[in-house]
Amino acid sequence: MSQASLNVNSEAASAEKVSGPWRDAWKAFRRNKTAMLGLGIIVFFILIALLAPFIAPYDYKEQVLMDRLKAPSAAHWFGTDDLGRDMFTRILYGARISLWVGFFSVIGSIIVGTLLGVLAGYYGRWIDMLISRLFDILLAFPSILLAIAIVAILGPSLQNALYAIAIVNIPTYGRLVRAKVLSLKSEEYITAARAIGMKNTRILLTHILPNSLTPIIVQGTLGIATAIIEAAALGFLGLGAQPPEPEWGKMLSDSRQFIQKAPWTVVFPGLSIMLTVLGFNLMGDGLRDVLDPRMKN
Amino acid sequence: MKKWGSLALTLTLGAGLVLSGCGGGNNASSNNSAATSSPASTATAGASTQDTLVVGRGGDSVSLDPAIITDGESLKIDHQVFDSLLEYKPGTSEVEPSLADSWEVSPDGLTYTFKLHPGVKFHDGTDFNAEAVVFNFQRWSDPKSEYKFEGDSFDYYDSMFGPDGSRVIKEVKAVDDLTVQFTLNQPQAPFLQNLAMTSFGIASPSAIKEKKANFKNEPVGTGPFVFKEWKHNDSITLDKNTSYWKEGLPKLNKVIVRSIPDNSARFNALQNGEIDLMEDLSPDDLSTLEGNSDLQKIERPPFNVAYLGFNFKKKPFDNVKVRQALSYAVNKQAIIDAFFAGQAEPAINPMPPSLWGYNDQVKDYEYDLDKAKQLLAEAGYPNGLPDTVTLYAMPVSRPYMPDGKKVAEAIQADWEKIGVKTVIESPEWATYLDDTKAGEKDDIYMLGWTGDNGDPDNFIYTLLDKDSIPGNNRDFYVNEDLHKILIEAQKETDQNKRADLYKQAQVIIKEDAPWIPLVHTTPLLAAKANLKGFVPDPTGTEYYSEVYFE
Amino acid sequence: MSSYLLKRVMVLIPVLIGMTIIVFSIIHAIPGDPAETILGQKATEQSKQALREQLGLDKPWINQYVDYMGDLLKGDLGTSIRTKTPIAKEIVPYLAATLELTAAAMLFATFVGVNAGILSAWKQNSWFDYTAMIIALIGVSMPIFWLGLMEQLVFALKLHWLPSIGRMNQRDPVESITNLYVIDSILAGRWDQLWTVIKHLILPSIALGTIPMAIIARMTRSSMLEVMNSDYIRTAKAKGLSQFLVVYKHALKNSLIPVLTVVGLQTGALLGGAVLTETIFAWPGVGRYIFEAISSRDYPVIQSGILIIAFIFVIINLLVDLLYAAIDQRIQYK
Repeated sequence: MSQASLNVNSEAASAEKVSGPWRDAWKAFRRNKTAMLGLGIIVFFILIALLAPFIAPYDYKEQVLMDRLKAPSAAHWFGTDDLGRDMFTRILYGARISLWVGFFSVIGSIIVGTLLGVLAGYYGRWIDMLISRLFDILLAFPSILLAIAIVAILGPSLQNALYAIAIVNIPTYGRLVRAKVLSLKSEEYITAARAIGMKNTRILLTHILPNSLTPIIVQGTLGIATAIIEAAALGFLGLGAQPPEPEWGKMLSDSRQFIQKAPWTVVFPGLSIMLTVLGFNLMGDGLRDVLDPRMKN
Repeated sequence: MKKWGSLALTLTLGAGLVLSGCGGGNNASSNNSAATSSPASTATAGASTQDTLVVGRGGDSVSLDPAIITDGESLKIDHQVFDSLLEYKPGTSEVEPSLADSWEVSPDGLTYTFKLHPGVKFHDGTDFNAEAVVFNFQRWSDPKSEYKFEGDSFDYYDSMFGPDGSRVIKEVKAVDDLTVQFTLNQPQAPFLQNLAMTSFGIASPSAIKEKKANFKNEPVGTGPFVFKEWKHNDSITLDKNTSYWKEGLPKLNKVIVRSIPDNSARFNALQNGEIDLMEDLSPDDLSTLEGNSDLQKIERPPFNVAYLGFNFKKKPFDNVKVRQALSYAVNKQAIIDAFFAGQAEPAINPMPPSLWGYNDQVKDYEYDLDKAKQLLAEAGYPNGLPDTVTLYAMPVSRPYMPDGKKVAEAIQADWEKIGVKTVIESPEWATYLDDTKAGEKDDIYMLGWTGDNGDPDNFIYTLLDKDSIPGNNRDFYVNEDLHKILIEAQKETDQNKRADLYKQAQVIIKEDAPWIPLVHTTPLLAAKANLKGFVPDPTGTEYYSEVYFE
Repeated sequence: MSSYLLKRVMVLIPVLIGMTIIVFSIIHAIPGDPAETILGQKATEQSKQALREQLGLDKPWINQYVDYMGDLLKGDLGTSIRTKTPIAKEIVPYLAATLELTAAAMLFATFVGVNAGILSAWKQNSWFDYTAMIIALIGVSMPIFWLGLMEQLVFALKLHWLPSIGRMNQRDPVESITNLYVIDSILAGRWDQLWTVIKHLILPSIALGTIPMAIIARMTRSSMLEVMNSDYIRTAKAKGLSQFLVVYKHALKNSLIPVLTVVGLQTGALLGGAVLTETIFAWPGVGRYIFEAISSRDYPVIQSGILIIAFIFVIINLLVDLLYAAIDQRIQYK
């Protein structure tokens, strides 16, 4: 990318390996209050997701029709939904779904995107041409719309929503990695590695990929935020999670007709989505400031 | 509700109660008085001469060609655009003259001669006459008619007047310009009743010839309102037919029927004055409605059934034990308590208790999960069904089921307890009807039916006889014994004997369990307090021509 | 400049072709026989065949694509399976509805975003700055469908200030000429309807415009901060012009470029987000048109709807790039 970040990174690769720059980064990160807040929110939701079966007071599928649309109370902290299910329990379990979709779709996008980006950047010529154009084309579609189209083909389900979100976000990472690879390729030490007869794959694995890691981490963190919103949006449209899965977006669309009578059924799922997304956005911003200051703007 | 059932031996009687306002005194019909006419209404805001009616409903029409539709949302519009030869006295199933002024029946019941109303014109300016009637009936009865367009099927004609090969009507001919003669192959007890159905509205032959397949988007009839515009999934606009043949009608200048799928959004639109009349009020909103003096509640006399149907083409639902097992695993009372706010009663038979011929001796499969599991085991599924079952639930609110998806989710949870996993699907309404009719995508589907003409035939034969495949028998359920009984009941003219036959039919159906009858509802509507002249009809379709604002 | 334009358009061509290939492939990506998926297996062979012919599925792939492109170039977007109406005709009012909504949302986003950004920079580290930036941060993370619901709850259902759904008072509609109701009402001189149309626009456009608003506010603020420290602002201040006006005038010009970039980038998000906003506010736009087509498996509508939106997105980006180049001559044209 830019000179400045390049130097930092090439030092990272050559100098005292792991500890130094990462530790500095952590120190800087810790000073960044909003980033720490983001990290806090994320950790909070991860804990909720992991501990859901232990802390949830009810079964998320358990319906007590007599107790439907009950306002928040000691028995039901967040009230109950229109099927008499405990909203608090469903919110807790919902964290699992949202984080799961967020993480795995981003990991999927990163793997495929990196692969394509490296191919394009490293081998250049027609491969680059082809892959870059593919990215351009995918980016020409509004992402949520493309995701909707993919789900329309595959059929609505949480799994397919995850695939769709992963696919539409591939170009983001692909472009990033390609740019990184291009700028690294001309670096002296890569040329040197070539000169001493290192194989392409080895150069890629030992030099280029580790150096692309920083922007990917930053982008990936922000990407999880996007993915969570997109999954919730698909769920809201009925194209993602299916009943009785406690997905936040789906919960919103199921409850919207009770918004006036039972606003808690709409407030809490929305708030959860917003907070989680905020967490990843704050953390991503912070990481960018720390790891890759020039990426800003 | 129970009293109502025993009180009303015939639908006509039952609906008459509604008309007379509080005649019954012991049931909910008194609430309708505001809808029919009560000049003492207090909430007359300064609004002077409102002449546009905006109706809000849950789903869009599927098609506007009256002959090919079977769903209420389409009938509702065609009811305004078309006239049939006869019509029902509003709120009843009593037959009155409409396009036909008078008729004569031959003593053997095989020849009907109708005198048509003179001087009637279609909305496109062409004349309504005997030829037009003949054209319409030929179009419906001839399977090779060139005016039967791609994808069309005249389901109602087939189920009311017999499928091809066993048609009731032998011939329709124009005696002179204003006289039509029907010759039947066999007497049909509810023949006049059937003719009055909206589905047999007389369409403009020249419009059909000119518009061809597009006629279903731009209908042309003789009715009180002229079709103007259809924005799919948004609204249908109807204009006053200024040269309507009935003096002084319609009273409104324009009707706009909007689709607002979300029940609460629709109710909000009513509260905010964006619409004047809303269909399918969610029972959840009943208390809000009753607390608002600007609004009135309108109840339709209950005359429907909501049910789950099994798709017999899909294994293992061809197995009666499986069907019975699932029947045992539906808690109807809990569903009613939760979702219907007392506006429904559990359904046992495929027809409403207020209809003559209802068999009150039939015992339901009471909610019993152990029994259900045991039956599943007997059917060879001791651990529940191995495959996930596709359960279709209505995407739109229906009079018999304001929120199908929710009820489906409640049933989904119960079935899971006996090891039956389901996935709920709700494609768009027109697609939903196509899919269930084709019976390829759904394993079990939710649907309902509102009676059209006050005859048990219109429930049992129309929905469960083998003649109604493909069409309204979305189960693909075939029972020859049942078929024999139903055909016999059609030919029989003695109502007591017919009632006995229908009672037998209900016993067979209960045993076979092709459906899980869910509920009979009292459909709720809500309207502006100053809306008058709207007579709630058990069939679910009302004329807007008499509606006006005070 | 003109060579830049030419180059920019040339790059566009493969993208446009690629878009059509992707959209064209949608129907081919359906597992199994598309005709069967659309009509159901019970459909007669005859009607399946008719549909295949209508969609051209019976020909070799490449021929189909050539035909498809030929139709597109003639302005033929195919025929809706559900309504049997040509899509090119049917889509127009939906498209207009979406454009009106997105334009209103962008107007909101730019106006509020730029001003909030400038004020924040001007009053850096003040309570206004903090509040504005916190709102912007939350705004970026906002699920717009939830925001829309909350708006409805507060402003329509509780306060009854604004209508919750729809585009205009349907009771007494204005004749549609452009299908942009704001313009239609003005053309008809119907000021009462204009006011109701605007009232209908407020909530959905705020919901849709919140994310771009937040992004614009943040970007304006940071570019403003850079500009404020520059020499010419200092000079201007020294000349004794009223401080705020200085900042506002000079800085506004300079913040134009980042804002323009955001506008270009966010148009896609807006057009995509329209699906959600339109669902919530029962806005009869192209997003809902596509969404309903999915629910009825009307693949030609899905294809053409998506293609049109992507096309608009690409064109807007092109315009933004050109504007960008025109405004900032410092950009290097290679």
